[in-house]
Amino acid sequence: MISYVEAIEHFEPVIGLEVHVELGTASKMFCGCATTFGAEPNSQVCPTCLGLPGSLPVMNGAAVESAIRIGLALGCDIAGWCRFARKNYFYPDMPKNFQTSQYDEPIAFEGATDVVLADGETVRIEIERAHMEEDTGKSLHVGGATGRIHGASHSLVDYNRAGIPLVEIVTKPVIGPDAQAPEVARAYVAHLRELLLALGVSDVRMEQGSLRCDANVSLRPRSGGPDQPLGTRTETKNVNSLRSVERAVRHEICRQAELLLAGGSVTLETRHWHEDTGVTTPGRSKEQAEDYRYFPEPDLVPVAPSPQWVDHLRQTLPEPPGERRARLAAQWGFSELEMRDTVGAGALELVESTVACGASPQSARKWWLAELSRRARAEGVELADLPVSPQQVAELQGLVDGGRVNDQLARQVLDGVLAGEGSPEQVVTDRGLEVVSDDGALTAAVDQAIADHPDVAAKVRDGKIAASGALIGAVMKQLRGQADAARVRELVLQRLT
Amino acid sequence: MSGDLLKLTAADLAERLAAGEVSSVEATQAHLDRIAAVDGDVHAFLLVDTEGALAQAAEIDRRRASGAALHRLAGVPIAVKDVVATKGLPTTAGSRLLEGWVPPYDATLVTRLRGAGLPILGKTNMDEFAMGSSTEHSAFGPSHNPWDLERTPGGSGGGSAAAVAAFEAPLAIGTDTGGSIRQPGAVTGTVGVKPTYGGVSRYGLVALASSLDQAGPVTRTVLDAALLHELIGGCDPLDSTSIDAPMPDLIGSVCNADVRGLRVGVVRELGGEGYQAGVRARFDESVGLLSDAGAEVVEVSCPHFDYALAAYYLILPSEASSNLARFDAMRYGLRILPETGPDGGVPSAEDVMRATRATGFGDEAKRRIILGTYALSSGYYDAYYGSAQKVRTLIAGDFEQAFAQADVLVSPTAPTTAFRLGEKLDDPLAMYLNDVATIPANLAGVPGLSLPSGLADEDGLPAGFQILAPATADDRLYRVGGALETMLVDRWGGLLLDHAPVLAAAREVSA
Repeated sequence: MISYVEAIEHFEPVIGLEVHVELGTASKMFCGCATTFGAEPNSQVCPTCLGLPGSLPVMNGAAVESAIRIGLALGCDIAGWCRFARKNYFYPDMPKNFQTSQYDEPIAFEGATDVVLADGETVRIEIERAHMEEDTGKSLHVGGATGRIHGASHSLVDYNRAGIPLVEIVTKPVIGPDAQAPEVARAYVAHLRELLLALGVSDVRMEQGSLRCDANVSLRPRSGGPDQPLGTRTETKNVNSLRSVERAVRHEICRQAELLLAGGSVTLETRHWHEDTGVTTPGRSKEQAEDYRYFPEPDLVPVAPSPQWVDHLRQTLPEPPGERRARLAAQWGFSELEMRDTVGAGALELVESTVACGASPQSARKWWLAELSRRARAEGVELADLPVSPQQVAELQGLVDGGRVNDQLARQVLDGVLAGEGSPEQVVTDRGLEVVSDDGALTAAVDQAIADHPDVAAKVRDGKIAASGALIGAVMKQLRGQADAARVRELVLQRLT
Repeated sequence: MSGDLLKLTAADLAERLAAGEVSSVEATQAHLDRIAAVDGDVHAFLLVDTEGALAQAAEIDRRRASGAALHRLAGVPIAVKDVVATKGLPTTAGSRLLEGWVPPYDATLVTRLRGAGLPILGKTNMDEFAMGSSTEHSAFGPSHNPWDLERTPGGSGGGSAAAVAAFEAPLAIGTDTGGSIRQPGAVTGTVGVKPTYGGVSRYGLVALASSLDQAGPVTRTVLDAALLHELIGGCDPLDSTSIDAPMPDLIGSVCNADVRGLRVGVVRELGGEGYQAGVRARFDESVGLLSDAGAEVVEVSCPHFDYALAAYYLILPSEASSNLARFDAMRYGLRILPETGPDGGVPSAEDVMRATRATGFGDEAKRRIILGTYALSSGYYDAYYGSAQKVRTLIAGDFEQAFAQADVLVSPTAPTTAFRLGEKLDDPLAMYLNDVATIPANLAGVPGLSLPSGLADEDGLPAGFQILAPATADDRLYRVGGALETMLVDRWGGLLLDHAPVLAAAREVSA
């Protein structure tokens, strides 16, 4: 395939992003079923979300509130009156064979949001709409090579996901970024993630599918000038990590460019992204796509949020992530890079809470971004899901700052906390991990080490201070690491110089 | 004794139950016996729950004996149209597609019936998914009109109306999307009420057209209808379209029925051409009675009613095509497994869906699904579904203007008396025309009541009188219906049903 540089030389890419966000409401969009991720298949279902004959939907007010807050955070207008619509199509994971969604009357429309790229440049992304809908069930295709329907011997359907509230956020065509399009796509999704997290409306876990991205890409020949219409687009589904967003857009730009340069044309179609091979393959063609026969959902009453309520929601929006980041960076004295790493690691809230519990910003950052991130990776869990609270991290740092444990002991204390042995203080007591701060005991250990290693001691006496390391090591070993190494060094040198 | 029990109105039976003169088990058993005797001819029931009904009756007798405070209708048995979900009792909606489906939940109205202690005798026959005016579209064979077994009891709720008319049940539940409670009421000499849209919860009603469907009472008297309506009506948090306001006093409106000074509007467009002479004559007589009783009779015009049938047959199929999409063999009901897919390979889920729907749906259901799918298609939506919704708005406007001139509107319920089985089966349009007078109320969401106005001279079969009121003013139906019924019963010397022929099976039993 041709290179990205060559593709960009001939064509200007235009992207559009459709992001589905699963809301973090306790119950589903139209019934009272729980929404817990990972529950036993088909255990969180009822007549309504199974679409049993006679069942009816009842709107989840909390979901509507979340949708409005998302709209407001994206600078959208909020509809004073809007309806749900039925999107009709047959699929086994659709209990009613129609999806209750919004069609031409979205709850939020016409917004814009500023995305900051890695180099600090700001790109304004215009939002066309944010609308509410229900999720479908989840099909599991068994027996095929890739888990795809093709080649599968049978399929299983889990309806736990059916009816979970979704908000779909659709951008207008993003034309400006040109060669930066893949990066902008990624930055936009990252920005959205951060914004949704700040709103507290979703856990936005791409790997669990609570944030799903479809990327539209089209190309226009450079020779055509700025007023030419947009090219034929493809819609790439399944793009479920930030890295994939960037890669998929880049791949699609190259693929389409090659096709066009060879005299071919782009087919209006849905394509699937393959994370492993880094390519897209055709899904269903939009020309054969079904006619969804939308019409207003007669089983629900219109949504008509009062202006007072919307105003209240607007006034109680959290601080925008960009502004919050700038404020915290200044407050904490973090460099731009430190701040970006903190946000990237999903540790901003954790660091903030840890600082609020008394730790210094730098120590809080180090704990979460180094030791704790490493452990989260090893366990394969999100940082926030580690069984340690910011309060405990602050307490642990307090022990280090007070000289009661050294870094190595602190990690052992952390082991205990993560193992559920209680607070750091408790672990220190129970495991006897405190450093020996009694100079009498330390001095005795130092004398013992000098006696055990007379040749080393002699070298130090002769001025080879560097040799004292072996004595310090011996002392630490004797005290099973429970000593402040700096103090031990002081004592060794006191004795021998 | 048992014959006496069968002829009692629900209100009178309730009184005897309360007085301890008869037990619910006795009353329920009497109706089960009657069903056993005559339903072979009438075929009002798709399912009779002998055991369940008697258990419920015994339970209510126990509670009564223990001195518990009971609902006024406690112990009075009831039949429920098979479109209503009943936990543990198969519910088919008259379709092969749902044969064998046992709902894991009760419709809200069933919860209320059970709560009040009304033993459920069984599930009544209906046109498939409530599409029809004769029960001939039932996948399980038609019901027969107790007045003439060669004729239909109307539809779609012909089973409920026939059950009540044949004294197989004192009360029944119907549903009315375009007249499916009122038209069967008219042709069987019974009373049927379609409440204001949102007046009775739709939760648990297998949906035909969500914006039109409404459940209501099927009875032999206006008072019985009021008693049942008050029991099943009222707000339900499980139905978003249910009205969140107290119901008006319906029972009181029957008991104090007085039409003096009331303005009764005769709808010009619902009469005349296409209406059977005997039906018109009985209608005019009833209007005369109301006038004699002090009502002020005026003529009103609802010009857009002429387009109601056309609009209805776009809106209903559109919604139905979507509501019926869920019957796909994936989760419940009929499943037809083709041996191979179209390419000769293993059949896909889509192949199973296609085969199941092709086999499971009857012709009328298919006709309406195709119509609705077409009407909602992109490129046709505005011309069909969109235009129909505009007509709907105009019809609601007609009602509004008419109700500015009159407190209630009246018309014949159906243009004709009961027609012969098979007579209109091959002529959908003729079948659809049965509902020409009842459909406007569904389109506008206003309530309507049908009560018998007498027998048509030419065929000696019952004719129906329809009363329509503004939305949420259901009490007016009962006030006018109650007053008219009293006058008619005085003239007849009893209920019209007392003049119905004695059913053959019943003659054998009593002989």
